[in-house]
Amino acid sequence: MRWPFRRRSTSVASLHRNFLTPEGVDLRLELGSAGARATAFLLDALILLLTLIAVTIFVALMGYAGARAEIFSILWLVGFFFLRNGWFILFEMSGRGATPGKRLLGLRVVARDGARLTGGAVIARNALREIEVFLPLSFLGMQASQSAADGFLTLFALSWSGIFLFFPLFNRDRLRVGDLLAGTWVVNDARSKLGTDLTVSERDQPSRIFSEAALNLYGIYELQTLEEVLRKGREDAIATVAATIRYKAGIADDGDDDGFLSDYYAALCVRLERGIMIGRRRENKNTGSH
Amino acid sequence: MTAIVEVTQTDSGPLVNASRFRAAHQSDWEGLDLLLTRMEKRSVRSLTDEDILALPLLYRSALSSLSVARETSLDRALVTYLEQLCTRAYFQIYGVPTSAVRQIRQFFARGWPIAVQALWRETVACFLLTVAGAVAGYWLVASDSSWFYSIIPNAIAGGRDPSASVETLRATIYGKQESGMLATFAVYLFTHNSQIAIFAFALGFAFAVPTVLLLVYNGLMLGAMLAVFAQKGLGFGFAGWLAIHGSTELFAIMLSGAAGIRIGMAVAFPGRAARTEAAVDAGRSAAIAVAGVVCMLLVAGLLEGIGRQTIQSDAMRYGIGIAALAGWLGYFYLPRRRA
Repeated sequence: MRWPFRRRSTSVASLHRNFLTPEGVDLRLELGSAGARATAFLLDALILLLTLIAVTIFVALMGYAGARAEIFSILWLVGFFFLRNGWFILFEMSGRGATPGKRLLGLRVVARDGARLTGGAVIARNALREIEVFLPLSFLGMQASQSAADGFLTLFALSWSGIFLFFPLFNRDRLRVGDLLAGTWVVNDARSKLGTDLTVSERDQPSRIFSEAALNLYGIYELQTLEEVLRKGREDAIATVAATIRYKAGIADDGDDDGFLSDYYAALCVRLERGIMIGRRRENKNTGSH
Repeated sequence: MTAIVEVTQTDSGPLVNASRFRAAHQSDWEGLDLLLTRMEKRSVRSLTDEDILALPLLYRSALSSLSVARETSLDRALVTYLEQLCTRAYFQIYGVPTSAVRQIRQFFARGWPIAVQALWRETVACFLLTVAGAVAGYWLVASDSSWFYSIIPNAIAGGRDPSASVETLRATIYGKQESGMLATFAVYLFTHNSQIAIFAFALGFAFAVPTVLLLVYNGLMLGAMLAVFAQKGLGFGFAGWLAIHGSTELFAIMLSGAAGIRIGMAVAFPGRAARTEAAVDAGRSAAIAVAGVVCMLLVAGLLEGIGRQTIQSDAMRYGIGIAALAGWLGYFYLPRRRA
């Protein structure tokens, strides 16, 4: 019997989404986490703020020097406007679909339907930022400058921004209000190098040969965990795993943990892969051995 | 069984399918990776004709590699690498916006006017709201001039209130203002108004209520000002002073309000479409209209900064204002081919 709630709860927690290309392959996109997105935004805001401060100092110095103050104040006004509105829009309309902050965090903006990201969508998702962030901010700023600390208004501004700030946490796809309206979402755009092939032995000495029983211990899940351990290459983890496998398989310690694990990985990989070829997929150590 | 093991041991070739698979296709994957990196760093134009021909082939072969690897390979790093490679390729091929120049040309040729046309009902509503606000403002101030002070904040009035003399008021319309910071003022107005227009659009999300209030208030201020000048017999002159840039600016504000109402309505009353779909449709096209509004406000700022102070005759002011309005109406609403 299938318990209806269990399946649902796991699918809610997962950030993986099916994404079928026209060629019929599912790319399984991973949505950007709320933390990564918040960090990316803060980074962008920081860059904007620093640029603004630098420009302001420059303009002030030029004004002080008396060199055509009017032109510089115009440049400042226009610069501020385009930084505030153009920064996000222009970067997200470029080939990477990401602002510098998002790039650093390995995120990109994508149309939810997988179609081309249009200018209209990018403008919509960023125009909404005005009411999500800048409106309550300027509201609070105004309050502070008038030093009329109206408790009710401050509370209102805070709860307003709170609603919008935490909006992404209350829907399955981590959508901002801007994303909702623009039909976009933010996905992970991480890129890794193709790691080395662990099954190809680089050493000259002949590899170890394992007994049937030793190879029957584990399934695919354990194999991939072992792969992770080997790729990370942390000495203590390798020693622990090697000791566990030796103990379970009853193999004597030969002092070469690294070599032992590599050989065991390769042998287990060969065995499980052959199983797949003849239709016997062993997911983990608890499923039946063949 | 032992025979097989002997063979694989002596033959130093790869033991697993995945290794053979890697050896056969790795150069293709790396080729695709290289092309993608170049496209992401610069643009499609950095590719040679040969590369462009190769790209779809490499992409399809990477996709099929991914499918095969998922079914047969236990090497998780390999599958992850292929997933990431295919995703990048997909977005370079299907997901990236067209080039900036083409988008801008497309925006002015069709995107903007069509987005504005689609908003015609909301635009009419915004026009009526502004007119209603203006009539109310005029009536309130005409019947009791103390209303003026509660409608218009002191900073904006700048001395133009019911207690001002005819000469002071006339000077604000016709007098040469000190032209020192004229251009700066025009630019300030442009950026400030644009920000307000973007707000009016974004606030529409709250079921259009704040946008409607903003428009009515805008109308109220207009009517109140007009009443002050009209009571001193300067109504015609004030309207001309306003018309030269106001026809563009007020139109722009109505359009941004229309865009806001559009998304508010789509969220509140999605009709037959799913709520998110209706919101996305409205959001994208209304956003294009808002980008256009920013362009209009730039024109209005230029008219205000340069035209208003240098052109003093009422007839010229009305002429320019009406010509600008006719120009916008023609540009937006003359029928054009839909794609």
